[in-house]
Amino acid sequence: MLAINDLHATVADKAILKGLSLQINAGEVHAIMGPNGAGKSTLGYTLGGRPGYEVTGGTVTFQGEDLLDLEPHERAAKGLFLGFQYPVEIPGVSFVQFLREAANAQRKVRGEAPLSGGEFLKLAREKAGLLKMDMDMLKRPVNVGFSGGEKKRAEMVQMGILDPRLAILDETDSGLDIDALRIVGDGINAIMRRPDKAVLLITHYQRLLDYVKPDFVHVLANGRIVRTGGPELALQLETEGYEAVAA
Amino acid sequence: MTLAATLPTNRDEEWRYADIPAVTALGADALDAWHVPVLAPGEVRTKDLLLDDSAPGLHRVRITVGAGARAELFAVISASSYTRLEVEVTLGEGAHFEFGAVTIGGGDVVREAVTRVRHAEPSATSHQVIRAVHWGQATGNFLGRIEVARHAQKTDAEQDFKGLILERGASANARPELEIYADDVKCAHGAAIGQMDANAAFYMASRGIDPQAAKVLLVRAFIADALAAKDDSEALLDAALAALEGAAL
Repeated sequence: MLAINDLHATVADKAILKGLSLQINAGEVHAIMGPNGAGKSTLGYTLGGRPGYEVTGGTVTFQGEDLLDLEPHERAAKGLFLGFQYPVEIPGVSFVQFLREAANAQRKVRGEAPLSGGEFLKLAREKAGLLKMDMDMLKRPVNVGFSGGEKKRAEMVQMGILDPRLAILDETDSGLDIDALRIVGDGINAIMRRPDKAVLLITHYQRLLDYVKPDFVHVLANGRIVRTGGPELALQLETEGYEAVAA
Repeated sequence: MTLAATLPTNRDEEWRYADIPAVTALGADALDAWHVPVLAPGEVRTKDLLLDDSAPGLHRVRITVGAGARAELFAVISASSYTRLEVEVTLGEGAHFEFGAVTIGGGDVVREAVTRVRHAEPSATSHQVIRAVHWGQATGNFLGRIEVARHAQKTDAEQDFKGLILERGASANARPELEIYADDVKCAHGAAIGQMDANAAFYMASRGIDPQAAKVLLVRAFIADALAAKDDSEALLDAALAALEGAAL
């Protein structure tokens, strides 16, 4: 589904990703772990196409297509979802308005008929319920006045509504209390654990992986993947630390 | 017989950012054409003004608001040539003036809203919200003057201006001016000018919203503040956004 080959990327002329390669197949869940500054968030933003994240080498193929050739909104329409570490507040635009616009923009690119107001609300209610989020919260401006945990749950509601093929979730577990962590973990499994979908979890900690069992765990250090293993690698990192394992 | 107004220059404070050649071309007659509505005590009157290409140029309004009356004026200034809305308001005791205005557009065009609100009697209130959205070489101006007479105690006046510059080359000017002679009053004003929030734009793109649609959503949210006090503002909002939809940004 996603093939990253020798990816190099810079931010403000500083090299962050230095030859990163990674292959993700449909049906798989991958976790990328690593110390601060290793390039984890840069990987997410580069794949999402954020302005200022410049690819200086390598290739990325998503479902057989050159991902790097697409605009950010086109990547989304092709089925890429980026869960933000710090979801953005948009005063004056309600979640309902925002997500209906997003869902229908994606459907349009894919040649599908737009959702009516009623169809959209039904879908939104179902996905909000999955994340135990009150539908009234989706009538509020995007992320405005939401707690850190509510923002992360709202990210997952968005993912449920947009129904992507590949979700890249950047520290979706940070800022969550224990109950919210379980709800988010269950949400990821319900939405994304399917044979035709894949997940890339970017995280510092093992705890989310108790709920969303990864098939592969990678250690990212200094802009490249230095080790790959199974779920046991995350446990080893937790007890021994990045320095010992990545060395 | 009316006395022809003298044509202004940029040295006149109230015309400082105006397009003087355009004003001159409109001529003294346009300067003389004042609308002078008078609201009786207790009266409530609302007026919407859509100053698009069907009504460019000068629009001068002098409103007298009787005791306890309420005047509401909502305007969208989006014509593709010089357009200026100038409003002089004199408030009676306990009267209210509500003003919401949007200047929006591109081109090498000046669009401006100018208000002079006179709190002539005690306990009157005024509330003004102005939003400017510009691109190309366009300029949006707001000149807002609030005068509070010596005996106009318990005056409550507020004005709020925000400019959104969508492209380098466009500009916005705000000049609040408060002249207060009473001592028991509340007068607040704020002015801020900024650019499109790049984080919000990328967030929207990451959800599949294309850049033009994202811009429309963000601009709509931005200008909605100016029309928030209006019942059923959708039509006027849509009219303002029509200017953006035709723009190649």
